[in-house]
Order: sequence, then structure tokens, then C-alpha cells
Amino acid sequence: MSFFEVVRFALRGLSANKLRSALTMLGILIGVAAVILLVAVGNGSAQAINQRIEALGTNTVTVMSAGRGGATSTALTTTIADALIDPTLAPDVASVSPVVSAAATLTHEGTDHDVSQFVGTTPSWFASSNTPVGTGAGFTADDEAQGRRVVVLGRTAAEELFPGTDPLDKQVTVGGALFTVVGVLAEKSSTGFQDANDTAIAPLSAVRQVLTGYGALTSILVQARSPDRVDAVQSQVATILNQRLDVPAGATTPYRIQNASQLLATQTETADTFTTLLGAVAAISLLVGGIGITNIMLVTVTERTREIGIRKALGAPRRVILTQFLIEATLLSVLGGALGVAAALIGSSFSIVGVKPVIVPSSVGLALGVSIAIGLFFGGLPAGRAARLRPIDALRYE
Amino acid sequence: MSRPVLDVSDLTKIYGTGEATVHALRGVSMLVERGDYVAVMGSSGSGKSTLMNILGALDGPSAGTYRLDGVDVSRLADRQLALARNRLIGFVFQAFNLIPRTSAVANVELPLAYAGVRPRQRRERAMAALETVGLADRARHEPNQLSGGQQQRVAVARALVTEPALLLADEPTGNLDTRSTADVLEVFDRLSAASRTIVLITHEPEVGDRAKRLVRLVDGRIVTDVRQSPLDRIPVGARPGRHSR
Repeated sequence: MSFFEVVRFALRGLSANKLRSALTMLGILIGVAAVILLVAVGNGSAQAINQRIEALGTNTVTVMSAGRGGATSTALTTTIADALIDPTLAPDVASVSPVVSAAATLTHEGTDHDVSQFVGTTPSWFASSNTPVGTGAGFTADDEAQGRRVVVLGRTAAEELFPGTDPLDKQVTVGGALFTVVGVLAEKSSTGFQDANDTAIAPLSAVRQVLTGYGALTSILVQARSPDRVDAVQSQVATILNQRLDVPAGATTPYRIQNASQLLATQTETADTFTTLLGAVAAISLLVGGIGITNIMLVTVTERTREIGIRKALGAPRRVILTQFLIEATLLSVLGGALGVAAALIGSSFSIVGVKPVIVPSSVGLALGVSIAIGLFFGGLPAGRAARLRPIDALRYE
Repeated sequence: MSRPVLDVSDLTKIYGTGEATVHALRGVSMLVERGDYVAVMGSSGSGKSTLMNILGALDGPSAGTYRLDGVDVSRLADRQLALARNRLIGFVFQAFNLIPRTSAVANVELPLAYAGVRPRQRRERAMAALETVGLADRARHEPNQLSGGQQQRVAVARALVTEPALLLADEPTGNLDTRSTADVLEVFDRLSAASRTIVLITHEPEVGDRAKRLVRLVDGRIVTDVRQSPLDRIPVGARPGRHSR
């Protein structure tokens, strides 16, 4: 009896029980689709968290003064900031943005709004701190050099001061001076308790003149050439600062360097936690799906033990019966698995509980592989057992 | 004289162990010549079903030898056993045992498929077999669309489609009404007239009366073995039937 004939027998066997075949495939479909989708949803939310952390700026270090501001010899100045741009001592530094900031009250036509951070800096700050301008434009290096009184408002500040109107080219009063609004920052996702959108950015020279005076800088934001050079930048910056500030070896430094790689570490930890969580969830759904497949395969074959007896009585060799049932099991699990993958792919194009699922290719392979293996094993094992029975026992099987 | 189709000697079958031991057959010996039509009768529990299952190679004996067409069936491995069931034996069950949700002609084709016959030839031979039992017009019907008698005739067609040396029937009329019983028995009469070898078991006297030879089984032993009509003649009960042409 040729293999092709056995395949035809298997197809006839499947089509003779359309409902049961469909239900079996449905069980496998749901098992496979559930695993793939769960992993995709988890992966999607892990990526969303990564993006949020990246929004903070992961390739920067922030230099802050550790002193109480009294000792002028250890204060951070623009001279020190300029010294950090040094191609030989600090080759991995991409840009340096000196920062002053103070709380300020912004006024526009009788409307007051307090911002906790009125920031004065240079244009490179926008790129370094990952804070793009949404509408309008940032200020230029020329604005900074000339000390022009222009300001870029955060989204919240803009909405508070100019409800329903376009803030561009309007003027706000800060510390008795008029600042012209040239741009509004793009919406930024907040990660802390502070509203990251409740801010205002102006040229360093203008802010010093109007608000903070020409004392020490609040901080210096240093951008590395790439995220993996952040640690190198940190040590290069430390070397220059020690030299400039005459810090003796071994003494406590009068400054602090905050490293964004700490955030990267947190991010990696978060991703790891997610991977573990997803692994557990996927394993459980695979187990549940597998039990479903096992169940229906066992029932299918047991129910057909009598048929196996009839076939044996008519002279079917054990091998032929086993092959027929294995082909039936294979067809069911492969078709069901393929449909499950298709369902998962379709499902992943929708956003599920606010998360955009991202398919993990290995989860497709794993889900498909495990369900096909379970289908084959639990379809083949009882069929093999039934095919080994003496016909009379198979015929009497209830 | 050609070799006997069936040669059984000192067959015993024991079920269970210890207290629960049941001696279903206590040494049965019989010879069946080619073209014979044997009815085995006996009350329930006489071991006739056990005998039938062993003759059909569906079950093995506990002791004794069983030669089918010269082949010692009790020595065969699974593979040869499947071949023997396919080529040498046609089995008709009391419960019909057709494959459900499968057309009559596909059911009849099944043994041919396992014998490796090509599909076209298979279909022709299956139709011919259905013709023999008078059901050619019901070839496309599924078992649940056929009456009990029709199902049993399909089962007979399936049993004889491979032209086996021996046709075995285990209470073929046990589940049938009088009318269907007559139909099925008529088929057996005509097969016997065409010098097929038939062994059937029954507990209905009118079935046993039609056979050429009547064997009575009591408590796993043959008690009487009566020839009712000569081997080379048509059986006593046979008469021109509705299906013959």
C-alpha cells in the first residue's frame, strides 16, 4: 500500500469527522496564538519602557557642584565648561552644554505661571537632553552670544499661559524682563514626580543677566559620542575637572558626575525582569495549550480504537494504521499551528490593552514546534498502542 | 482430495487466571473441506464466539494448532497475520462493523486497499461485490443511511471482495429481523452454490438448517457434527432467490 494511499485514507478520516477535526485544530490554534500574542504583548511593553527610558537621554553625563556654592575656587564656571571640549583629553565628548536654572514666574497679559525650572543654556542642550522643539524653533548660538531675550516654553507652561492661542512671537515677562516666545517643546513623557513639560528654556547669557547673575553654573550637561562611550566620557571629564580644580589625588571631589549609564543599567534590569516574566507566562500558556492538544488527541484515538480493530480485522498491517493516524495528527497540528500563527500575526496588528505587540520570532518557532511535537506524540502514542492490540481486543474496546 | 481449507486440532482457549479461569474451548478439532457450508450452533457461553475469533485470526488460541489453507496461523508474526486476514479470511460480524461516515463502496474497497490493489480496479471489484449482494444501487450510501440487513450485506460484500479461501460469519443474522435475515441467508446460499467455503455461527435453528453441515458446541467441546447435504451439491435451503439473475 503506497504512502500516497495512506495520505488519502488520513484525509478521508479527517473529513469524515469534520467537527472533531475543526475543534482539534481550534484547540491548537488557540494554544499557539495565545503563546505568540502573550510574548508579543510583553515584548511590546518592554520596548515601550525602553523608549521611555531612552527619552531621558542615555548618552549623557551631568556634572554638578558638590559644594554649597561658597567656595568660588571650586565652582563650575563657563571656563570649566569650555575646557571640557578638548579633542585630546576628552575625545569621546560630543558636546558640552552649561546649564543654569532657577524657579521663575512667567507672566503674560495678567496670567501668572510658576515654572520650577527656568533653564538657561546653549543650543546644544536640546539635542543632548533629548528634548526636541515641537513648534517654532529653538534659539541659535547667535541668540546666545548676543544675549537675546528669547524663550522656548515647555508644553504645560505654554498651555497655562496661552490657553487656546498660538504662543509663538508673543512676549512673556520673567523677572521684569520681556522674553519673546520662539518655540514650544515637543511633548515629553514624564518619568518622575515632576512634570517634565512644565519648563522654559532660554539662552544662557540672557538668563544670567536677568535671573541668576554671573555666579556658578547649576550643572554641565556633557554628551558622549555614543551610549557605550558614556563611561569613558565620565572618566575623561573627571580628569579635566581634577586638573582644573586642583583636586589632590585621593581627596573628595568638589563636584558630582551623574552617569546616564546608571539609567541604562536600570533599563537592562527592567528588560531582564520582563523576559523572565514573559518566559513564565509563555511556558504556562504553552503547557495549557499542550494539555488541550493532548486531551483531544487522546480522545480522538481512543474513540476510534474500534475502527482500528475493524481495519486490523480486514488485514491492515500495524505500520499502515500507525502511519495513517500519524499523518492525521500531523495534518491537524500543522494546520492548527499555522492558523494559530496567522491569527497571532493578525492579532498583533491591533493594540492590546494599550500596548502595541511586537512579535518575537523565536516564540513563533517555539509555540509551533511544541504544539506539533505534542500533537504527534499524543496522536501517535495511543494510535500505536491501539494498533498493537489484538483485533478482538480493539473491537471490544468501549 | 485437495488440502482442507480449515484444519483445527485440539484447540483450547483459557481466559483469566486462578479462581476466575474460564475454559472457553476444551479441545476442538475439525476439518472443513473446500466448498463446504458449516453452521456452528450452541447456546450462549458454549465457546462458539471464541472459536470464531480464533478461526478469524482475531484472537490467538491458548493451545492447539490452526491451519488455514495449509498455513499454520498460530505461528505467524503480526505482519503475516495481517496478510492472512486480508487474503485468506473474509469476516462478517454480528454488529456489521462498517466504518462509520464512509460510503458502502469505500467500505467494500477497504480490504482491497490494504491488499495494494489499484484504485480503478478496486472500484470495479467493489462494485462487482456489491452487485453480488444486490446493493449496487446503494454504493454511495453511508452506513447510517442503510437498514440493518443492507449494512450486513455490505459487510458480506466486504468480506468476499478479496475472494478469500474462507468466509467466516459470527452470528450474521443475530441483529436482523426476519426479512433481512432471509436476504442475508440467501446471499450465503448463493455464495455456497458458487462453491465458496463458509463457516458461520448462529443460535437460530432455521439458519443452521440451511447449512450443508451442522456442528453443535457445548461447553467448549464439539458434541455433534452432522452432514445435512452433500458437499458438492447446493445446500438444502437454497432456492432461486430474488437477487439471482
